[in-house]
Amino acid sequence: MNILIALLVAVVIGLIAGIMLALASHFFKVEENETVKAVRECLPGANCGACGFAGCDAYAQAVAEGKAEANLCIPGGPDVAGQLSAVLGVEISVEAPKVAYVNCSGDCSAVAQKAVYEGLQSCKAATMVYGGPFSCKFGCIGLGDCVAECPVGAISVKDTLARIDPKTCIACGKCVKTCPKGVISLVGEDVVVAVACSNKEKGAVARKNCMNACLGCKKCEKTCEHDAIKVIDNLAVIDYAKCEDCGKCAEVCPTGRLKIVDMKNGVIG
Amino acid sequence: MDVKALIIILMSSVLVDNYVLNRFLGICPFLGVSKKVNQSVGMGIAVIFVMLVATAVTWPIQTFILNEFGLGYLQTIVFILVIASLVQFIEIFLKKTIPALHQSLGVYLPLITTNCAVLGVTINNITDGYNFIESMVSSLGCGLGFLLAMVLFSGMRSRIEESDVPENFKGLPVTLVAASFISMAFFGFAGIVENILA
Repeated sequence: MNILIALLVAVVIGLIAGIMLALASHFFKVEENETVKAVRECLPGANCGACGFAGCDAYAQAVAEGKAEANLCIPGGPDVAGQLSAVLGVEISVEAPKVAYVNCSGDCSAVAQKAVYEGLQSCKAATMVYGGPFSCKFGCIGLGDCVAECPVGAISVKDTLARIDPKTCIACGKCVKTCPKGVISLVGEDVVVAVACSNKEKGAVARKNCMNACLGCKKCEKTCEHDAIKVIDNLAVIDYAKCEDCGKCAEVCPTGRLKIVDMKNGVIG
Repeated sequence: MDVKALIIILMSSVLVDNYVLNRFLGICPFLGVSKKVNQSVGMGIAVIFVMLVATAVTWPIQTFILNEFGLGYLQTIVFILVIASLVQFIEIFLKKTIPALHQSLGVYLPLITTNCAVLGVTINNITDGYNFIESMVSSLGCGLGFLLAMVLFSGMRSRIEESDVPENFKGLPVTLVAASFISMAFFGFAGIVENILA
């Protein structure tokens, strides 16, 4: 008899709770936005934040509500943008996929060490002490703030110089933001020439501080037939909108700081 | 109703019998959600809320149903059933009616549906022989104690994150060591509360 009462009490309580939940889920049903769900399914889900939102969920919400452009997902690239345009039924202009590139080639064989830095092993901290331990105050310090920041492990430091594997890179831009020297930039995946230096000092000074520095000799500027390369503040700067990928500037560069690159196949010069 | 007795119950459940630090219940959310201060506050408030609601429902069930039929041994299973479905119901209800509150509180609710601290509070209220009002006060105190422990510990954790921890202690080990220090500090409250109001 006792066990029957126990059974009855448990079953009745369970039944009441179950009916209550069933009714609640019926009466308090919240209509979820179908577009948000569909958009979210197209996104890669890396939650890297490159789009400028707090993650893929937040971005999907913003896209579905029309508050954000649908081409902001950098890791997803044209594939995701295409899928999103199908979901949303709008045309989306897609930029060429990008990769991060280190505008410096001052490894430990090229730059002189002006001091021995023994503090906190972080580029940001080292920069605060007289601009870092190396003679060139523009170049990579190689303590790996970018390595720690990279969500996909595309960056490694070899001979005090950060190197980015363009095939692994998803162009989220986190390294660009974190680098205290600003030597990393996002370039198109299909570019042929890249500037592997950030030194803005005059030729002789730059050369003294780093064997691999751009001297600002303007040979590239004179050679370029498309007006695409300019020496600004003693440093060659390429306007990729005008560049025709002929590679002639790299041929004449006396220091080899203009490098022929092939990002898609992992060649960074 | 003796107000002084209620204050003693409240204070002792916050400080002396702190559920996290002295009874070691609810360690999972304590370690999981204490990385940031604002998260831990949200979690703490959600726990207070759930503890109060759970006690308000389980005390009458124990007194008027289980004791009535002599079914005290069904306590654990019935309490789990009732608390879990109740919290689910509250979540659905909040999502529909007060979305803003659901945004700030809702994410923590599924985490604490069958949390041992919540179940512990409701069962201890019965074991300690509290009446309904005493049970509610005790639950409030336990919730406040949980909130206090969470906020204290999240502050401590943000210090740990910045400090240079030896390789072998990184991550969970140093967190547990820190938790044990706070726990030892809380043992210092034992015996204080009764004498403060005496």
